[in-house]
Amino acid sequence: MVDRPAADGPTPVRRLAASPLRMGPASWLVPVRAGLVTVVAVLVLALLVVVDLSVGDFSIPFGVVVETLLAGGDPGQQFIVRELRLPQTVVALLAGASLGLAGALCQTFARNPLASPDILGVTRGASFAAVAVIVLAGGSGYNGGLVTGRLQQVGLPLAAFAGGMLAAAFLYLMSVRRGGLDSQRLVLIGIGLGAALTAATSWLLTRARIMDAQSAQVWLNGSLNGRGWEQALPMAAVLAVMLPVSLVLVRSLNAMQLGDDAARGLGVRLQGTQVMVLVCAVALSSVAVAGVGPLEFVAFVVPQVALRLTGGSRPPLVAAMVLGGILVVGADIITRAVLPFALPAGIVTAVIGAPYLIWLLVRTNRRKSA
Amino acid sequence: MTSTLPDSLLPERAPRAPRRGSTTGLVVLLGLTVLLGLVSLAIGSRTIPLGTVLDVLLHDDGSEAATIIHDLRVPRTVLALTVGLSLGIAGALMQGHTRNPLAEPGLLGVEAGAAFAVVLAIYTLGIEDLGGYAWFAMLGAGIASAVVFAIGSTRGGPDPISLILAGAAVTALLAALTQAVVIRSTDVLDAYRFWVVGSTAGRQLDVFWQVLPFVLAGLLVAAVSTPGLNLLQLGDDVARSLGLNPVLHKVLGITAVMLLTGAATAACGPVGFVGLVVPHMARFFGGVDYRWVVPYSALFGALLVLGADIIGRLVVRPGELQVGIVMALVGGPVFILLARRTRLVKL
Repeated sequence: MVDRPAADGPTPVRRLAASPLRMGPASWLVPVRAGLVTVVAVLVLALLVVVDLSVGDFSIPFGVVVETLLAGGDPGQQFIVRELRLPQTVVALLAGASLGLAGALCQTFARNPLASPDILGVTRGASFAAVAVIVLAGGSGYNGGLVTGRLQQVGLPLAAFAGGMLAAAFLYLMSVRRGGLDSQRLVLIGIGLGAALTAATSWLLTRARIMDAQSAQVWLNGSLNGRGWEQALPMAAVLAVMLPVSLVLVRSLNAMQLGDDAARGLGVRLQGTQVMVLVCAVALSSVAVAGVGPLEFVAFVVPQVALRLTGGSRPPLVAAMVLGGILVVGADIITRAVLPFALPAGIVTAVIGAPYLIWLLVRTNRRKSA
Repeated sequence: MTSTLPDSLLPERAPRAPRRGSTTGLVVLLGLTVLLGLVSLAIGSRTIPLGTVLDVLLHDDGSEAATIIHDLRVPRTVLALTVGLSLGIAGALMQGHTRNPLAEPGLLGVEAGAAFAVVLAIYTLGIEDLGGYAWFAMLGAGIASAVVFAIGSTRGGPDPISLILAGAAVTALLAALTQAVVIRSTDVLDAYRFWVVGSTAGRQLDVFWQVLPFVLAGLLVAAVSTPGLNLLQLGDDVARSLGLNPVLHKVLGITAVMLLTGAATAACGPVGFVGLVVPHMARFFGGVDYRWVVPYSALFGALLVLGADIIGRLVVRPGELQVGIVMALVGGPVFILLARRTRLVKL
């Protein structure tokens, strides 16, 4: 096996991403740039949340929004901000954060920028289950081409969650051989599984009545419309558990960038770490997908954008999480207040995220050519 | 020597000789392809005995069997073979040039560009026949892949990592725009959902003649660029010091991928999975030498697409399942078993 430098990893960045800090005999690296980017991103996110709460059919000034959140304002404004807009904004924030974090974990785990929760089977399994529910429920549940009533609140997310979990469990069982887990084998089997599930989904779509196919398309694109606390709570719970776990894993993840053998040599318990990374990514993405549908693009693009902004050697976890929140909350603002017609948030995330990634690539390549 | 080592340090099995492709393997695959081609002519909603097939294939006697074979089965068999061959080669070149086992030819934006152009053609011009789609698909594929190529290139030629990311970003953007149109119009969705799964049905031979020049050009460029792919695996600097022009070879290789994928997508719609999986199958049997991997991929691709097409005609007789769906539904599990059982070839 010939060593291929810089083939799989991100492009090396000349500027120093971290400065050494010395105190007597001790010294450690302070990731200055990543820290700054993260702080700025958090501020932008806070601003976007306020904007998201203020715009809409009945717009409320920014100052009043903040006041209302801190238990001020009149009852009417309180109702609009807290009851009508806050749930959906929180769902957007949490879904973006979960998917950003899950994507960063997957890409780090597979050492491949093309890896995202898709290859863990979660998204595809969830999509298949959800489309099956929409199409096979027939006239009773989803009449008129719109998923409505209690079935939308309970049945669809539950089916999506179960589908995602089943697919991930199947993938894990198929990938483990003699107690060992090979990340490349897992990725390959994930491709096969994902392709089969996607084909099954498209087959259902060709068999469905056109109205059902249309409502399935809306779900498949990921939509925030009408989402409330019942979606936000599971996401918040999972994120509260998985974020600390992921942060504990950072040390091992850094070592794993050097390859499996080098990581073992550095004292990383490879099998345990890999399983933990997978559990985190699966839990985060399945609960997000169950809530808002597969915002596939967020998990893929956000870690890459975060990597290019912070200039590290692998997608940064916290920055990816914050940027994920920014992208989805931004998409929510655009779908609710800017566009003259309704469009699923998943489409908007791609339309604003893709050009940004393209611009980052063009800029990097021009610098490399110069 | 080894007897002094503790058991835990001994290799569990003596290492086998590295796998290599062989002419025998190619001949066997070719034979299988021809056999499957004949089966494809014989099987359908009306089964025709193989003897009759050979008979009317050579002498078109105007009988019912001859009409079925010449007007229905020959076009779809030829198209399935062409699409499989093209996507197989394109997949192998794509994974080789990006050095990424997850790369597939559709990532260059070819399929997304074709899909967007077709959806626009249906939405704005109301075009409804499959031959009409082909021109728009080719146009969209060409523009999208040229954009990806431009974004993903530096002065040192196409850069693997930015090519992949640029392709994925452009694909996502175009897919989102396509969805935005599809969601807003029921008629477009109705036409699009059947085009997008990829099918060999309902096409005449004129579609084949339409895409043939692109396939031939793609094959030629692929043949020129493949030998250099082995050296490129060692990195640009090593390849250059061994007398290869890496920029030229990368440009040639990616051009071949664009031509072959564009032609295949124009002919039958986006048939996923082939380009992604076939190179891995070729590596399971043919090792890592691209001079073997590429021809193996071509034949595996042709076999896979044709086999899927035949199965699609058998499972829901007298109706049929689209080739893209069958392939992933049947090929997915087969691929999972292969990946589980075989030693993995590192890319």
